[in-house]
Amino acid sequence: MNTSRYTDADLNAYVDGELDAETVAEMEQWLASHPEHARRVAAYRQQNEDLHNLFDDIATEPVPAHMSDLVLKPRPASSKPVWARIAAAIVLFATGAVGGWGLHGLQGGGQMSATPGFVERAIGAHVVYASEVLHPVEVAAEQETHLVKWLSKRLGSPLRAPRLTSNGYNLVGGRLLEDSGTPAAQFMYENRGGQRVTVYVRSYTGKDTAFKFFDTETASAFYWMDAPFAYALAGDIPRQNLLDIAHVVYKDLSP
Amino acid sequence: MLDKQQAVIAEIPKLRRFARALVGNAATADDLVQDCLERALGRLHLWQEKTNMRAWLFTILRNLHINQIRHSARRPLETPVDDLNEFTDGTAPAQGQQLMIRDLGLALDKLPDQQREVILLVGLENMSYKETADILDVPVGTVMSRLSRGRETLRVLMENGDQGDKPPLRRVK
Repeated sequence: MNTSRYTDADLNAYVDGELDAETVAEMEQWLASHPEHARRVAAYRQQNEDLHNLFDDIATEPVPAHMSDLVLKPRPASSKPVWARIAAAIVLFATGAVGGWGLHGLQGGGQMSATPGFVERAIGAHVVYASEVLHPVEVAAEQETHLVKWLSKRLGSPLRAPRLTSNGYNLVGGRLLEDSGTPAAQFMYENRGGQRVTVYVRSYTGKDTAFKFFDTETASAFYWMDAPFAYALAGDIPRQNLLDIAHVVYKDLSP
Repeated sequence: MLDKQQAVIAEIPKLRRFARALVGNAATADDLVQDCLERALGRLHLWQEKTNMRAWLFTILRNLHINQIRHSARRPLETPVDDLNEFTDGTAPAQGQQLMIRDLGLALDKLPDQQREVILLVGLENMSYKETADILDVPVGTVMSRLSRGRETLRVLMENGDQGDKPPLRRVK
């Protein structure tokens, strides 16, 4: 018996001042004869008030000096979290800690087929460069044409920088990397919240086309092979978001 | 540049409040704010004058928080407590286990992360639905549904625990 003229969302929008004056007037009239809904509105308002009672004290404290100093200190400066993460990535590399794949990749030798070895390197490169403040890329997005041409030439096949704008990510730029003696390319993307993902591409001559997920302590990646390239999309974002982007990359790069 | 830095500093009190409400623990919350400031300062040149500094900083802080949750325990981002019946249906709670949630802070802890953050952004930080949607990178409709569900769960939790007089609020953690 849902006789309510207004939805839950309307009640909330009323509490939050998201309605226009006319609707507010209508709703107030309606609430006057619907005590059950009026009680809910009151409860929601009380929640907001309780939140302020619980947490407003913190907002009235003076800004801690170490925080304002941090903001005002001259840049650039190395920041601890960044170095911590780079160190973690290096340890990861050195020990091949991730499922034993590290050694596998390194020992691949001449016939470097695209095993998870390249995925791990893609993640390592992501961790190192995505946290880079001063020089995250070698060639910036403003020179995208040049970037793509250059990387295509180095990788030996025509390459493209996928469009991730539908996912809210814009191209920052790219760089050339070394992957077991062969060139690899990294494209970096950033969303408006400063979150970065990277697309790692290297040449691949095998026939596998696996589409898989690989997770480490520092970042995770979706990777797949599609000759002449193997790809890894690396990021430090929830798996589902990364997957959504991976689908777009895959579609965008399919011939 | 100094103007921008001052604009960042002006937002620190609210960042700290939000972080505190988000993670509960004072030291962890301030670490989160610190990380957020580091990140923000590193890309301050990317911040466009006249765009919403507050929403930008909140976005960074919230993303860092999500990453930390992900890494700390590898637990799923959303702990499903969506089912209101769990708290309200006829199944009698075991002796001594009666739900007595009198404190909004405690009730808030019962919510899935995705609902809690919306409630905090809208209810505590007075962000508009649009700003909240931008910060969380979801449609406005999603913000509204998470808000509705979250507030209703809180209401039921509080009313179930609220037998008689309203007890005084207790500080969380």
